[in-house]
Amino acid sequence: MSAQNTKLGFFKSGTPWVWLNAGAVSISIIMVIGLLLLIAVRGLGHFWPKTIWEIEYQDASTQVTLLGERAKTETVSVKQLADAGIKITTDQEFVQRTLLKTGNRDVYGFDFKLIVGPNELQHSRPRDAIVFERTQWGNFYGYITSIKEYDKVVASTDDLWQQLQTRLGRVHDLRKQIHKIEKNKIGAINYQMEKLRLSKRKAELQNDMSPATQNNIADEQAELDAGYLELKKELDDLYEEIKRDSVVMNVMTGEQVIISLADVIKATRPNAMNLAQKLITYFSNLKDFVSEDPREANTEGGIFPAIFGTVMMVLLMSVIVTPFGVIAAIYLREYAKQGFVTRLVRISVNNLAGVPSIVYGVFGLGFFVYFLGGHIDQLFYPEALPAPTYGSGGLLWASLTLALLTVPVVIVATEEGLARIPRSIREGSLALGATKAETLWRTVIPMASPAMMTGLILAVARAAGEVAPLMLVGAVKLAPSLPVDLNAPFLHLERKFMHLGFHIYDVGFQSPNVEAARPLVYATALILVAVIVVLNISAIYIRNHLREKYRTMEN
Amino acid sequence: MLARRVVQIGGISVIAAIALIFVFLLSVVYPLFDQPKLAKSASYSAPGDPAKTIYLAIEEQAEIGLRLTSSGRVYFFDITNGQVITQHALPIDESNEIVSFQVVNEMQRLLAVGLQSGDILLFDHQYALEFTATERIIHPRVSYPFGEQLISVSDGPVHDFAVGDNEESLSLMVRTDGGQITYKTFFKESSFISDNATLEPAESYSVTTQKDVLRLLVDPEQEWAYILDKLGRLSVYDVRDGMAPTLRENVDVISAPVVPTTMNFLTGGVSLLIGDSSGRLSQWFQVRSDGELPFRLTKIRDSKIDTAAVSSVATEMLRKGVIAASEAGEVKLLYTTSERDLLNLNVGTGAIERLAVAPRADIFLAQDDQQQLHIWHIDNHHPESSMAGLWGKIWYEDYVKPDYIWQSSSASSDFEPKFSLVPLTFGTLKAAFYAMLFAMPLAICGAIFTAYFMAPAMRGVVKPTIEIMEALPTVILGFLAGLWLAPFVEMHLPGVFSVLLLVPLGILLLALIWWRLPVRYKLLIPEGWQAAFLILPIILITLICVNVSPLVEAWLFDGDIRIWMSETLGIGFDQRNALIIGIAMGFAVIPTIFSIAEDAIFSVPKHLTSGSLALGATPWQTLTRVVLLSASPGIFSAVMIGFGRAVGETMIVLMATGNTPVMDFSVFQGMRTLSANVAVELPESEVDSTHYRILFLAAFVLFIFTFFFNTVAEIVRQRLRKKYSSL
Repeated sequence: MSAQNTKLGFFKSGTPWVWLNAGAVSISIIMVIGLLLLIAVRGLGHFWPKTIWEIEYQDASTQVTLLGERAKTETVSVKQLADAGIKITTDQEFVQRTLLKTGNRDVYGFDFKLIVGPNELQHSRPRDAIVFERTQWGNFYGYITSIKEYDKVVASTDDLWQQLQTRLGRVHDLRKQIHKIEKNKIGAINYQMEKLRLSKRKAELQNDMSPATQNNIADEQAELDAGYLELKKELDDLYEEIKRDSVVMNVMTGEQVIISLADVIKATRPNAMNLAQKLITYFSNLKDFVSEDPREANTEGGIFPAIFGTVMMVLLMSVIVTPFGVIAAIYLREYAKQGFVTRLVRISVNNLAGVPSIVYGVFGLGFFVYFLGGHIDQLFYPEALPAPTYGSGGLLWASLTLALLTVPVVIVATEEGLARIPRSIREGSLALGATKAETLWRTVIPMASPAMMTGLILAVARAAGEVAPLMLVGAVKLAPSLPVDLNAPFLHLERKFMHLGFHIYDVGFQSPNVEAARPLVYATALILVAVIVVLNISAIYIRNHLREKYRTMEN
Repeated sequence: MLARRVVQIGGISVIAAIALIFVFLLSVVYPLFDQPKLAKSASYSAPGDPAKTIYLAIEEQAEIGLRLTSSGRVYFFDITNGQVITQHALPIDESNEIVSFQVVNEMQRLLAVGLQSGDILLFDHQYALEFTATERIIHPRVSYPFGEQLISVSDGPVHDFAVGDNEESLSLMVRTDGGQITYKTFFKESSFISDNATLEPAESYSVTTQKDVLRLLVDPEQEWAYILDKLGRLSVYDVRDGMAPTLRENVDVISAPVVPTTMNFLTGGVSLLIGDSSGRLSQWFQVRSDGELPFRLTKIRDSKIDTAAVSSVATEMLRKGVIAASEAGEVKLLYTTSERDLLNLNVGTGAIERLAVAPRADIFLAQDDQQQLHIWHIDNHHPESSMAGLWGKIWYEDYVKPDYIWQSSSASSDFEPKFSLVPLTFGTLKAAFYAMLFAMPLAICGAIFTAYFMAPAMRGVVKPTIEIMEALPTVILGFLAGLWLAPFVEMHLPGVFSVLLLVPLGILLLALIWWRLPVRYKLLIPEGWQAAFLILPIILITLICVNVSPLVEAWLFDGDIRIWMSETLGIGFDQRNALIIGIAMGFAVIPTIFSIAEDAIFSVPKHLTSGSLALGATPWQTLTRVVLLSASPGIFSAVMIGFGRAVGETMIVLMATGNTPVMDFSVFQGMRTLSANVAVELPESEVDSTHYRILFLAAFVLFIFTFFFNTVAEIVRQRLRKKYSSL
């Protein structure tokens, strides 16, 4: 403050209040940045290959060997531990408590163990400790002792690790083939069969079961059945093949456990890796995370269907919301006489923006799903009833609901863009003899298109993060098939879909094993936040850029 | 021209959209408050023999009626025209006579008659459905689940009796000559060979009463037996756990000159419905009390049926609805839980002697004293809801006092749904209150600094940061609040509170230090950059507080502040509580309030502030006396919009509270909000049921609420803009 203020008292000058106000800004910024950092650190940490510790541990009166990753470490007071019934002999007041991820749920019955610092007698990082990522039962930690082909031991020498990798490669290829047959080929046949069943039912409903139709249907059915049998045989062979190899593993209790390689997705020896190898594993994990299907009730594996569902829904929503929002904005800014009606429209826009998202969900469920969807089913899909086609939540209804929810965002952004276009440009166009519509179409809209883009980007960011309405109109924890596939008509608007935001809610709060799923939730949150932050920053950038441009134009 | 049309339609459709949401929600909610409709479908004289009717019933599809006469014959008849479809004679000797009758189990259609010979006969009526290509045929029959033989219960005639019946046992209370009352319990033993079960006699007790008994009742769980005398004194006997009936209390349920005329159980066998000669029907049940008796029979509510005496009462099987009729032929539909008198009608042909309601409560039969049957269709879908039930205190069965309860579903079948929106509204406002408590100071102070004091270069960074803050999905905030913040706060409770206290103090201290510094050093923090300078000290204070927290807890609170709080202060602690919600939802509404308030302050015309400064006011004086004064409507509307957002927010409260509908304003307790409730319950709710519509009502309430706040805020802002442009 300037010199005159200094003459006043400290409080009278207002300095403390100014500083407090400044503090409010600082706190807000700290919270935002802190939150982003928290998600980034926890989310990115999920993919890093973690050290496996072998710990000699004093557990009550017995001494045990533990093997696993340190998932979380915190400081707790000895008294609290004593209250919880854990005895420690130490003169310290606070000790470290670690949540050790021991994995091997199928062998031990648990996959986490809480251990306290003073009871760790010894710890080491064995180079040959292996972690398996498996198709079920979560991670497996142990030491490899031999490899078997059926019941015959084929390798128990030094190159076990090499052997394991090559055999895993083979299993991986087989699994790919199985997946291809199951998902694509058999999936297509099932889809055809369902269609055939519906067309048969339709013919029945329309009393159109002539012998010719019946024969046709029977023929098609036979053909599909034959195709299915063929694939089934192929699949059985592959399953037999994939079961060939297994490994014998030593676990921390000293037992030997046989693990079929068919269950193993990835094997790593994090303690034996150097930094470069860790980095490679890190990025490969990240890639798998965004490109693979979830496993084990969504607590393991990737989130590809959720990303895909989110993108599809957002795309569809954009197609609906853009024209609607842009036209409404043009009306407000270019056509309507400013008066009672525009005030009313503005109030409506603000209300649409302010209505809680769950209300949109309720409306979407009642109006789109049950009312519109129910009627569509009765009119166009009577053969499928009582199973609903459009009469239950799905991609289309979710997109429509979210379009309604994001319309104000597009309107406000577009209007702002239109308002900033200098008068001189319109007048120039009109002076040259263009009609109002021509001026609008040829000059104003092209100039305002980046503003519309901004609006759309913000709408997309909003829609990508909105969960409450989707819980009611079509997002599910596990969708059996993607809304887009190779079966005609390729885009299935009635299907339920997975959504990143809903995935976070579901895995974080509804899953049976929240502790195991936690890192995955952070990683999913990171992806969602990253997408939204990037979208918003680009919208802000475009908008600021635009403002500059118009300002220069005006001068 | 075409373009104009299209654009116009596009613009107006925004209004249409909001109107559609409003109208649609209203159209779903409206039937809740609809009056039930009645339609008379037929009248005919009672089918079968002219003997006295002792029981009337309707089967589930409401196509076939049943009439039991005192001659011991059961007539099944077509509801629409009274034609007898089939009839059945009960296996009673010519010499014997039916003297009393009782419904044993309404759900299983089990009935019993008491005989002159001192025996009881149990029988039921069953309906087999047969589907042919074109139609559905119902085959009614009478069967005897415990065999056709009579059960001997007394020496004299069974003048009156009551039966309590559940899956394991069946208890009879029988009155014979001379006021002697026998109480017998039988265990049900199912046979492996046939469908029939047998009754194994267990305890048998006798009770003497001097009274002139009007009615006996035993509840299905066989815990209480009731004897009502003709003067209105009700004796309550405790028969729990098969022990001998023990008189607990005598209650004068009706006082002279009025006398009781009927007594029935409400569905579920918890409440008694007592009709009297003055035309009132009252509901009573056992209420847990702290007095010498663990339970007291208490009058809960009553309703006026007519001026003439109540003559017959029928209860709905699946809901707590009641139909009562008077001796003057007046019939009334009412619903106990919602305290709704649904409708009256006068059958008008004399006293109503018998009433029967179909299991789905869509049709009812009334028989008058001329042996005429009247059939009425009822269209009564949502009797459970009423303004009193949604917003007032209701005394639910098994509760100690009238209360606000939300409990929409339960595992048991004869469950009384409790639809009070009060706890949910309370939770919503509580969550919003704590969120605003956290957000308002931060957002408004931040907006003041950013708009008025901050250096433009820093403003260019802060504003986008706040925009990012606004864009963060609430599911992320809710997830972090529930899985990270809640356990963190629980572990570092003293730390969190010391942060709340020490951070403002620390800022003031820094301001003082800065103030005392020589000008040379002062310039190190240029004007408008205080916020940037403060970031590090605030982080430092927070870190210190958090790290010292366990020590503080160990020294001051005996190692565990939660135990200390509950033992010393009597405050319970939920991990997911209002403090967490306040912080997480506060985080979500800060940017909303911030942006609008900042906009309002920033657009205060510059010549006003320049004028004030030129007249010698300090910047702070200018701010408080000129800027804030003219921007206050804008700040007000910012707060309104922020509040609207906090009220409607769903994911944060869903994930970061325990979602229990408690009414406790404590900062350490959770809550359940309207929005979270809708999100949780709507997907499982049956379409068009009362529950479904009430959830829509909750959404509608949210809609109206935010509509009001947003509209007020928007009008205030529009006025403000006009004012600024004229300045």
